[in-house]
Amino acid sequence: MKFGVVVFPGSNCDFDTFYALKDVVGQPTTYLWHKDHDLKGVDCVVLPGGFSYGDYLRSGAIARFSPLMQEVREFAEKGGLVLGICNGFQVLLELGLLPGAMVRNKNLKFLCQLVHIRVENEKTRFTQKGKKGQVLKIPIAHFDGNYYAPPEVLKEIETNKQVVFRYSDEKGRLTEEANVNGSLNCIAGLINKRGNVMGMMPHPERASEALLGSSDGLVIFKSMKGMHDR
Amino acid sequence: MIDKKILDQHNLTQAEYDLILSLIGREPNLTELGIFSAMWSEHCSYKSSKLYLQKLPTKGKRVIQGPGENAGIIDIGGGLAIVFKIESHNHPSFIEPFQGAATGVGGILRDIFTMGARPIALMDSLRFGPLTLAKNRSIMDGVIAGISSYGNSMGVPTVGGDVYFHECYSLNPLVNVFCLGVAEKDKIFYAKTGGSGNSVLYVGSKTGRDGIHGATMASAEFGEETKHKRPNVQVGDPFKEKLLLEACLEVMAKGLIVGIQDMGAAGLTCSTSEMAAKSGTGIEIDLDLVPQREEGMNPYEIMLSESQERMLIAAKPERVKAVQDVFAKWDLDAVEIGKVSEGGKLKVWFKGEIVVDVPVAAIIDLCPVYRREYREPVRTKQEASTSQYPLPKDYGKTLLKLLASPTIADKEWVYRQYDHQVLTNTMLLPGADASVLRIKNTRKAVAMKLDGNSLYTQLDPRSGAITAVAEACRNLACVGARPVGVTNCLNFGNPEKPEIMGQFKEVTEGMAEACDAFAIPVTGGNVSFYNDTEGMSIYPTPVLGIVGLIKDYKKAVTPGFKKKGQAIVLLGENRNEIGGSEYLRVLFNEEKATPPVLDLKREKAVQELCLQAIEAGLIQSAHDISEGGLAVCLAECCVFSRDKMGCRIDLRDDLRPDALLFGESQSRIVVSVQASRLKKLLELAKKKKVPVAMIGRTGGRNVQIIWHGKRLINLPIKQVFNAWKDTIPDFFKIN
Repeated sequence: MKFGVVVFPGSNCDFDTFYALKDVVGQPTTYLWHKDHDLKGVDCVVLPGGFSYGDYLRSGAIARFSPLMQEVREFAEKGGLVLGICNGFQVLLELGLLPGAMVRNKNLKFLCQLVHIRVENEKTRFTQKGKKGQVLKIPIAHFDGNYYAPPEVLKEIETNKQVVFRYSDEKGRLTEEANVNGSLNCIAGLINKRGNVMGMMPHPERASEALLGSSDGLVIFKSMKGMHDR
Repeated sequence: MIDKKILDQHNLTQAEYDLILSLIGREPNLTELGIFSAMWSEHCSYKSSKLYLQKLPTKGKRVIQGPGENAGIIDIGGGLAIVFKIESHNHPSFIEPFQGAATGVGGILRDIFTMGARPIALMDSLRFGPLTLAKNRSIMDGVIAGISSYGNSMGVPTVGGDVYFHECYSLNPLVNVFCLGVAEKDKIFYAKTGGSGNSVLYVGSKTGRDGIHGATMASAEFGEETKHKRPNVQVGDPFKEKLLLEACLEVMAKGLIVGIQDMGAAGLTCSTSEMAAKSGTGIEIDLDLVPQREEGMNPYEIMLSESQERMLIAAKPERVKAVQDVFAKWDLDAVEIGKVSEGGKLKVWFKGEIVVDVPVAAIIDLCPVYRREYREPVRTKQEASTSQYPLPKDYGKTLLKLLASPTIADKEWVYRQYDHQVLTNTMLLPGADASVLRIKNTRKAVAMKLDGNSLYTQLDPRSGAITAVAEACRNLACVGARPVGVTNCLNFGNPEKPEIMGQFKEVTEGMAEACDAFAIPVTGGNVSFYNDTEGMSIYPTPVLGIVGLIKDYKKAVTPGFKKKGQAIVLLGENRNEIGGSEYLRVLFNEEKATPPVLDLKREKAVQELCLQAIEAGLIQSAHDISEGGLAVCLAECCVFSRDKMGCRIDLRDDLRPDALLFGESQSRIVVSVQASRLKKLLELAKKKKVPVAMIGRTGGRNVQIIWHGKRLINLPIKQVFNAWKDTIPDFFKIN
């Protein structure tokens, strides 16, 4: 499984994602430069976290216009696997590959902390190594992670089982306190209808080694890798 | 005509002006005067502090670069070096908290990557006035948001630091920012021009009118008119800096440049003249070529602008195109604005005319050095005669009160606004004794800690400084790291006041003594004088940034208790000291008396014991005893434990119980030990001649402290946790 990590100006989790995929999970991984029109034959595109273009207009709003994003869109439309983490998720929303939008966290502060997320849909290509209801310990680090979608869109998302992760407490209960950023329906990760594009606010690459506090994020990377092995 | 009024505006004395006249042999024009004013400001020249800083030890076998460059460099083996420095941004942060703090972060980051190192960690030492005042809350909120905004966007984790609260910082907050980077030892870059004929390139953001005379501003007291100084504060653009970081590291990795210097204080003036002076060359630049974001800027403004996110590069002429290609890739300007010349002069052209023509040595090396008048600090001789304070009626309530004191209380509200995990090296959460980061592709970890209790230095500058160094080292020992270098930020009042100079003299002497004792070189730092607002000076506040190494990161130890039923052992000895304590301050509003006495020999023995015990795998947790004393330390070990376990402590010392529980005697560490290792630990202590005592066991749901059979404290852990946890968020609650 060959992974490509996109580098926008202002991306800053590109090194970490690269390290987790290549050195921890052991998969061939390459960087993809935003000004190119070349996906270098990767099997999966990862949009990493960071502050693409400084996030000055709105998180992820400018990155969607990067040259490479044309290829990423076509890649996704052909069924290619795309994972957006944090800022990458915001870019996918701006790009329209996933429904909804992000607004400021409910406490109006940047939040960097370990959270728990519950696996809602284990039948995706990003979670097949996990179990339904499994609680993962993964850090978040964002200012705009408060998921919003209009009621009819939200209903559709839920009906189609597009919610992959929800913020929960360590026992898997959905509480207001555990929903740290105030996301509607505690949504922490979403997949498109076709099941090949996923966005999530928590950072699995930061939860890839027990040394750093958790290795629960590996479930996601291993699921993606496993998909291809079969 | 240069008159008294103009000199005053430029913070130059008549004597200094006379020296300028003799150095250049004529009357300077206004731009030249501005250049001297900036470079001879206290902030840039260290004219009042130099004599004393020279006493600090700066040598050591690991030292690659000591003071005098953008940052200090220490060899950590395996072809790698760490590059680190601390700097203050106090004045700008008072005037405009968000941008002041943000650009402080931006500035220290540039200091690190200009040397060829990739920054991997930031820390901040912050001092604010009491949070009961809305003004102080707004300063704190702005400062933290500013740090968070800049550091997070740059993708450099803010991994720790400290926050103290005291009335003396009410109108004079301190924002000291530390950064550490990692470089390959043979790829370090310096501010060099490399000889005449080389090209001088300006890279990064465009120049605007922001921050003109920032360095001069930071070298004067503040009064009522300070509000008008807001335009002197720069505005940061972390996105630009992130691009600048990547572009600079790329031209360095490709070997395209000769030397590089960031444009920090005094912008273009400082970078051009410093680079030339250090290389014994001259430099000539044409201001018409400088990228500008405002119309009609004059030479004075361009030379003294402190616009952020800019660097000056020297490169061989044949490499200029290659350098420009890299910067273009990152969408940044890289413009050739001049040449390195012979003759040692700074020559600046503007619209075809020469507007500056002065020897760089005059600007950089010939600034006057002052031996300012000093007065010995007045020490309150009186020993905290314990009898004058009534014993607490309820020790449990006293403990809760101390845990809820903002200086001691949990700082999660602060550090969760910082991205402390990006770059995936952070092993310990902020709040532990020291921050620990693994170095990828090695087994090593680097540990770091900022520390400085200004009440101790106020009461006794010399011993307070010794304690600050010792405590920072002790914090490293608690995680299992041996110190390899130190950087310091010395925050003081107006050095023209003899009592302030007296404090400074003693603090530097104390630091020198302690650093010598621990054999740790000082690799640089920063002095911030004139921390006075409306005539009130801050307490002398030396902030130490100590960096250490752990050979095997798997051995790093954390402060929280691990398993129930384990022995709790005190390394060191309890004494009858309550002077300078948070206990006296919080309970009795009293700041008199002698701070705890520190014996360097004992201190070193305790630290060595802790380190050897960690290296031998004998202990499960270690936490240093500091503000709030033994009781607070034990409470923290409990709240830091994963399952929030309690402890039961049985003390038999014949001391006043308040001094025993809340006194801040130095050279003490609380560790927890598995039963099977206890004997070995006690033997090791005996060998090291360190008094140790098993004082209790971990476990249970309560924090219990018994003294001579009397139960002084018995609090549910939940109550202890909440007291510690809620204080700071409660001040900032949005209703």
